[in-house]
Amino acid sequence: MNDDRPDPDRLLDELRRDEEAARRGRLKIFFGACAGVGKTYAMLSAARQRLAEGEAVLAGIVETHGRAETARLLDDLPLLPSRAIDYRGRTLAEFDLDAALALRPPLLLVDELAHSNVPGSRHAKRWLDVEELLAAGIDVYSTLNVQHLESLNDVVGSITGIRVRETVPDRVFDAADEVTLVDLPPDELLVRLHEGKVYMPEAAANARQNFFRKGNLIALREMALRRTADRVDAQMRAYRADQEIERVWQVKERLLACVGADDQAEKVVRATARLAAALKADWIALHVETPALQRRPDAARQATLAVLRLAEELGAETVALAGSDLAATVTAYAQSRNTGKLVIGQPRPSRWQRLTGSTLLERLGRHARDLDIHLVSAEPAPATATPAKPAPRGPIDWRAYGWAAFLSALTTLPAALLLKVFDPANVVMVYLLAVVLISIRFGRGPGALAACLAVLGFDFFFVPPRFSFTVADTQYLFTFSLMLAVALIIGQLAARLRFEAVAAQRRERGTAQLARLARELSAALTTAQIVEIAELGFRDMFRVDSVILLPDQHERIRPAGAPAEAVLAVDAAVAQWVYDHQVPAGRGTATLPASPARYLPLKAPMRTRGVLAFVADEAEPAPEERRLMDTCVAQIALALERVHYVEVAQDALLAMESDRLRNTLLTTLSHDLRTPLTSLIGVADTLQRDDLADSARHELLQSLQDEARRMGSLVGNLLDMARLQAEGVTLKKDWQSIEEVAGSALRQMSIPLARHAIATDLPPELPLCEFDALLIERVLVNLLDNAAKYTPPGSEVRLSARVDGRWLAVSVSDNGPGLPPGDPTRLFDKFTRGHGESAIPGVGLGLALCRTILDAHGGQIRAENRPEGGARFTFRLPLGEPPPPPDVLE
Amino acid sequence: MNDRRLLIIEDDPQIRRFLRAALEAEGFAVFEADSGGRGLIEAATRQPELVIVDLGLPDMDGREVIRELRGWSAVPIVVLSARHQEEEKVAALDQGADDYLVKPFGVPELLARLRAQLRRGATAAAGQSRISFGQVCVDLPQRRVSRAGTEVHLTPVEYRLLSALIKGQGRVLTHRQLLLDTWGPDYVERPHYLRIYMGHLRQKLEDDPSQPKHLLTELGVGYRLQT
Repeated sequence: MNDDRPDPDRLLDELRRDEEAARRGRLKIFFGACAGVGKTYAMLSAARQRLAEGEAVLAGIVETHGRAETARLLDDLPLLPSRAIDYRGRTLAEFDLDAALALRPPLLLVDELAHSNVPGSRHAKRWLDVEELLAAGIDVYSTLNVQHLESLNDVVGSITGIRVRETVPDRVFDAADEVTLVDLPPDELLVRLHEGKVYMPEAAANARQNFFRKGNLIALREMALRRTADRVDAQMRAYRADQEIERVWQVKERLLACVGADDQAEKVVRATARLAAALKADWIALHVETPALQRRPDAARQATLAVLRLAEELGAETVALAGSDLAATVTAYAQSRNTGKLVIGQPRPSRWQRLTGSTLLERLGRHARDLDIHLVSAEPAPATATPAKPAPRGPIDWRAYGWAAFLSALTTLPAALLLKVFDPANVVMVYLLAVVLISIRFGRGPGALAACLAVLGFDFFFVPPRFSFTVADTQYLFTFSLMLAVALIIGQLAARLRFEAVAAQRRERGTAQLARLARELSAALTTAQIVEIAELGFRDMFRVDSVILLPDQHERIRPAGAPAEAVLAVDAAVAQWVYDHQVPAGRGTATLPASPARYLPLKAPMRTRGVLAFVADEAEPAPEERRLMDTCVAQIALALERVHYVEVAQDALLAMESDRLRNTLLTTLSHDLRTPLTSLIGVADTLQRDDLADSARHELLQSLQDEARRMGSLVGNLLDMARLQAEGVTLKKDWQSIEEVAGSALRQMSIPLARHAIATDLPPELPLCEFDALLIERVLVNLLDNAAKYTPPGSEVRLSARVDGRWLAVSVSDNGPGLPPGDPTRLFDKFTRGHGESAIPGVGLGLALCRTILDAHGGQIRAENRPEGGARFTFRLPLGEPPPPPDVLE
Repeated sequence: MNDRRLLIIEDDPQIRRFLRAALEAEGFAVFEADSGGRGLIEAATRQPELVIVDLGLPDMDGREVIRELRGWSAVPIVVLSARHQEEEKVAALDQGADDYLVKPFGVPELLARLRAQLRRGATAAAGQSRISFGQVCVDLPQRRVSRAGTEVHLTPVEYRLLSALIKGQGRVLTHRQLLLDTWGPDYVERPHYLRIYMGHLRQKLEDDPSQPKHLLTELGVGYRLQT
């Protein structure tokens, strides 16, 4: 039973696929073997049919190549005006992507999927334009020739002898919703060509000579047919999988293509891509930078990078590793990624390697016995293809050789001194030491030179007859050859050691910088901190000024942080595009490569968090640097996401807290406002009666006054609190006398405190203190009001102030019942009342207001019970430096 | 006190109603205006002996009403203001208002202020040479101050401050006005001088300096001498 349950992952996958397909536009490709089979014609016919069915069709760009039949079909189709782009003084017409996106036609015709856009367009390739159109939900009809398919590009090239540079990745072709094969038998095509229906007459002869040979046409047709058949086959298999016809557990295969530095690399990549497609396997393109390869000049390294980029376009994951032993690095990586199949080019081992049995193949075989190794045949490159130029060697550093020669000569001096004491055998040792040191310092070449010079110097200066290259004793010839061999070998070993140490150091530095960045990012608490750390880190690690752009509430991208110089080169529109589409753009990418800056999306697990832009000085970063950069960007994105969620959580907490507060406020307010209102209304009603005794009337009037006054102070506190919290506190600080403020507060409270004994202890020598007098008066009024409310009549209320260190301490104490049990600091929370829901009105807002006011002054307030009984509230204000006293010129 | 004409410029009818009731019971002839413009016309035609002005009027700022009024009349003006209007209050006093009351206020308080203003008009007209409040007696021509019969020594600045307060007795004097009178125009930005010298005066003249009865502080506004 269990076996019949559909795999939930697969169902989900299917669902997601359907959903995505529904959102995306549909792509239909009219696919043909070569130019002239009638793809554009077929496309236009199909479009006209849709038009006849009442659908809006827009011709985005259609190349008629001057073919009359095709042009006729275009007659009554609405045509999108093309965009004029200036390129090197010429005005070229190009497909207008933005206009098409703005118009959002249901169906758009975009001819020649493989076309390369004029530099300065948004995307380098038209198929990228089409991807964006599809993502925007626009259906697209397009055309494609088999020779433009990336994976078949080299095969077609080797058959026809003509390589085309404009290619389309296979995944675009495979992901197309429909592919219609436009087929024409070669003979008919040749007839059409002959009649001038394919190319303009003058070009026709030339084309027929080179490309349109019957043999070529047959091969191309077969390839187109087979590629289409593959697609049908894949669809069939997908259908069977959907229908649960096949129930085989398939382990997903993974291929590893070894991308070397030679001209075979591209062939290996294409072959692996085809193999991976046939096996439905993932594949990885691996490039190992050995010390020897790292010494190559930049141009040669760029070639390798180009091959890796090609692999990426063909759907591979690309990896670049550094290691000194190629075979060991490759096998270790293969094992770590659990790949069973290795694809390598047919080695062209040197005679030496063949002799010693150390070809890559043999070493791989020894290292990994459980790997299947696929060899890609080494054919001579197609004749017409541009022959791969031998990579130019890096400039030779003549100074290093000069130093080597000079130091070798210099060694002769101590050697000559030594000879007075020691055998010539020891002199050899001195020379060997010099060779080792020179190799370590200057590398292989100068090391070898030093080795030769050492032998010559030894011969010339120390072997009798001295000061001549002739040798008297033939056994020295043996010494020379041995010395040369030893010097060369240890020299090369030393140079290699040094090189690896340098490489290791560089790697370590990268790792350390990355670790530091990660550590700093993990400590960052705000977005601003992350932006600062990231921009600094980027400057440290890659020596570029970067800008981080973050979205605002409306998803518009804006530079965050301080405006740096790099901001100037950053185009907000490009950054926005990168943010919206979540793919890199700018220099060194396929999109807008002419832009001076590179834009990387900050992709976090949940969504893109922003864009990092920097002015790139080189078109393509080295693979290890790119890896480092990708990791950095991922770290930054993660940190941004983390902070985002912290903020979300805090907001939620605040919202919850303020909800709770609001509820408490509403319940207490409704109680505290309604009770006095009830009595006010009741008293007023009673007073209207005529039969009241004078004493009763007087009493009622008194309570009317009391209730109204209490409500007044409650509303006053509420308003103060609301004002303080809504505006943030703006203090009107001035140098005030606490005695004056106390006097004013006592005067205000004279009625409620009428039945209490008031005592003050305010020494006349108290200094002025800087505070907002009205707010501190509110504090005193509230404290006095509490004392009046919570102590019985006749109690003593004492207001005192004194200097306590650098503080002015003011306290209001009483000899009443004291504070309620429990933590006294809780009294200062909003809506807490010491005595629960009592008959004594007041929302418990007074003390909270006091604390808010004192916090704003940088002061403190606390409550305590006096040891001798009663409560004491004390607040402290920082004293500060009072202004100079008035001039004594009186 | 009969037939003393009093004008209320206030837009809230409830407040006008209770003011009229309370003031008529006190024997005032009360006139009302619900806007600044209307109030100025009433003030010109009724020639009141006292004007109560609300600072928040619908048609014009209360301060403007005061300025216009002061253009041609020395009638005592009492301002009504809400809390948190310190600046407007001070500005109104600087414009020439004589006293202010903060809403909500009690009727006894209001009546006491109005009486003080009316009395002030009378004494100013009489041109008194001796003033006394509590146990304190000030002989203006002799520049002598005594408390409970004993002479009190005041420094010149203290005396100048006291005489400024006496000159405006019953009125609320803003910090600015007092600084200007006592120290001169260069010192109007130094209100802490006042706090120090008012402290000295209270120490010398009040029974309990921390709960003064005569040298009163109007927090955030100024001082008043209550006799």
